[in-house]
Amino acid sequence: MAVELIEHLSLGLSVAFTPVNLMYAFVGCLLGTLIGVLPGIGPLATIAMLLPATYALPPEAALIMLAGIYYGAQYGGSTTAILVNLPGEASSVVTVIDGYQMARQGRAGPALAAAGIGSFFAGCVGTLVLAAFAVPLTEVAFLFGPAEYCALMLLGLVGAVVLASGDLLKAFGMILLGLLLGLVGTDVNSGIARYSFDIPELTDGIGFIVIAMGIFGYGEIISNLSHPAGQRQVFTANVQGLWPSRQDFRRMWPAILRGTGLGSVLGILPGGGAVMGAFAAYTVEKKISLKPGEVALGHGNIRGVAGPEAANNAASQTSFIPLLTLGIPSNAVMALMVGAMTIHNIQPGPQVMTSNPALFWGLIASMWIGNAMLVILNLPLIGLWIKLLSVPYRWLFPAIVLFCAIGVYSTNNNTWDIWMVGLFGVIGYVFIQLGMEPAPLLLGFILGPMLEENLRRALLLSRGDWSVFITRPLSAALLLAALLLLTLVLLPAIRKTRSLAFVED
Amino acid sequence: MVIRNSRDFFAGLLFAALGLAFAWGARSYELGSSARMGPGYFPLLLGLLLAGLGAVIMVRALRRSDTGERITAWAWRPLVAIISANLLFGVALGGLPAWGVPALGLMLGIYVLTLVACLAGERFNLREAVLLATALALLSYGAFVLLLKLQFVVWPWN
Repeated sequence: MAVELIEHLSLGLSVAFTPVNLMYAFVGCLLGTLIGVLPGIGPLATIAMLLPATYALPPEAALIMLAGIYYGAQYGGSTTAILVNLPGEASSVVTVIDGYQMARQGRAGPALAAAGIGSFFAGCVGTLVLAAFAVPLTEVAFLFGPAEYCALMLLGLVGAVVLASGDLLKAFGMILLGLLLGLVGTDVNSGIARYSFDIPELTDGIGFIVIAMGIFGYGEIISNLSHPAGQRQVFTANVQGLWPSRQDFRRMWPAILRGTGLGSVLGILPGGGAVMGAFAAYTVEKKISLKPGEVALGHGNIRGVAGPEAANNAASQTSFIPLLTLGIPSNAVMALMVGAMTIHNIQPGPQVMTSNPALFWGLIASMWIGNAMLVILNLPLIGLWIKLLSVPYRWLFPAIVLFCAIGVYSTNNNTWDIWMVGLFGVIGYVFIQLGMEPAPLLLGFILGPMLEENLRRALLLSRGDWSVFITRPLSAALLLAALLLLTLVLLPAIRKTRSLAFVED
Repeated sequence: MVIRNSRDFFAGLLFAALGLAFAWGARSYELGSSARMGPGYFPLLLGLLLAGLGAVIMVRALRRSDTGERITAWAWRPLVAIISANLLFGVALGGLPAWGVPALGLMLGIYVLTLVACLAGERFNLREAVLLATALALLSYGAFVLLLKLQFVVWPWN
């Protein structure tokens, strides 16, 4: 097992360590951070926007660059959280609390370093977990029949609802809507074009980039512009002394270890991922009694930055596990990665590892390289990111609109996609106005066709008997887990903390 | 009747309407049975579920005793400016063959997009917008045309 692991990792490293692929990892990290740092653009919009940059590359290089973009976007998000008090994404919501307080006290440097070091350490551990779990889980995947896949997807969707920051019922609605939108286009079994209104472009379905950019790009921009500007305060002047003191180190290490452990475990769960890990880690840090002379959490304690940041990075690493081994995305960002892989003709799932081991292990190795690069890249370049943060929004948003439009157009070289992204921009703004969380929609959109196909197969095998989902033990267990998760959020005590946790939104 | 929570009420209404629309559309596809699902089966199921859920959300928004959230004012100016900037960019890249509008190319398209998008901001400064457009045009030419070699009509004459 251990020998095998080393063999696999060395195969991966030999793929990832070619100068060309190293360069793509570097470019990915750089671009990802560059866009991710910009306030108001989360990792989803960042990945969608930068995806076209990978079109021309061979699959290995493209995936390596995408992974770099993903980590860069996440890392950039925490930088914005600390310096501007703006969580770029749900997973850095808790980082904001103590990180921004530290920045206000002139300790932005150590806060950023704690986030960077915590993320790097957690990323390394997460990568090892991923590598170790990949082989056994892929074997489990071959035990999965269509019924189990359905149950797993349901579990993932329930998980996504639980994690959506808003109302549970509305989040369920968004999932259903996403599933339905995913069905638009030609049905693989009957060849009938559904909901395509005789428009040839629609028989291929709605592009996921169109939805991601319209809703997460344009919708967000319009909503941002409707709030009066000038309330943002960037703590740029007082970033000095990046390095945490010895005492800081003593305090943050245990937090990083705890966060890494929590994040790694929670990331594997379908529907789990960075957000749940970060919240759990913050709760744990809050419970641990303060050392003498330590400020309380919420008032600029370095543990409140290091723990959640480590957890969200560990979780974003291990959330690749369900995707790479079972082919099922566990959250919206992973759903986007599925779309990205499909564009490069890779169908994520257990067969990737056996049919294309160089790609699989190369990707895993490049995740580690990407994490290392981010630390090397970001700590010295922090000055540059800070400059970028002070670029006024009135210059940024036309640029974002332009890059979205160019990106959308270049997916198919067709203006149809530009009309569609405009439509989804309007829809995205309506969603924001009505308080409808769009992330579950994207996950549903990607899972829609998969869920239908597996449901169809499961019921075909059971001759139409729905009880197949509870008579097969594995499927029953997964459904039970989904049910448990659902009752858990509906319990009054947890419901209360959940709404408290999301109050920052 | 007072709508206490207009945000939720209209969200529910939207869900219900879309759910019904999908379910209605599914009628024209073969339904099949659960053992042999036709193309209409799954969308009908999901559409009805969504419609039901939307109805529940609507009822809840009416009954809720707590002061629910109301819809904030619509930002028409950013909405119209951003979406038209996007659409005009599409026209510039591809033209409108049906109406005989020729393609203007990427470079002019960037100017059109930037100028229109800038109208979404609180203040519009023509000089600043033109400078920004020029910077973006140069950047895009370098990155997308020269470096990434994406396929565009770049100039009006090619």
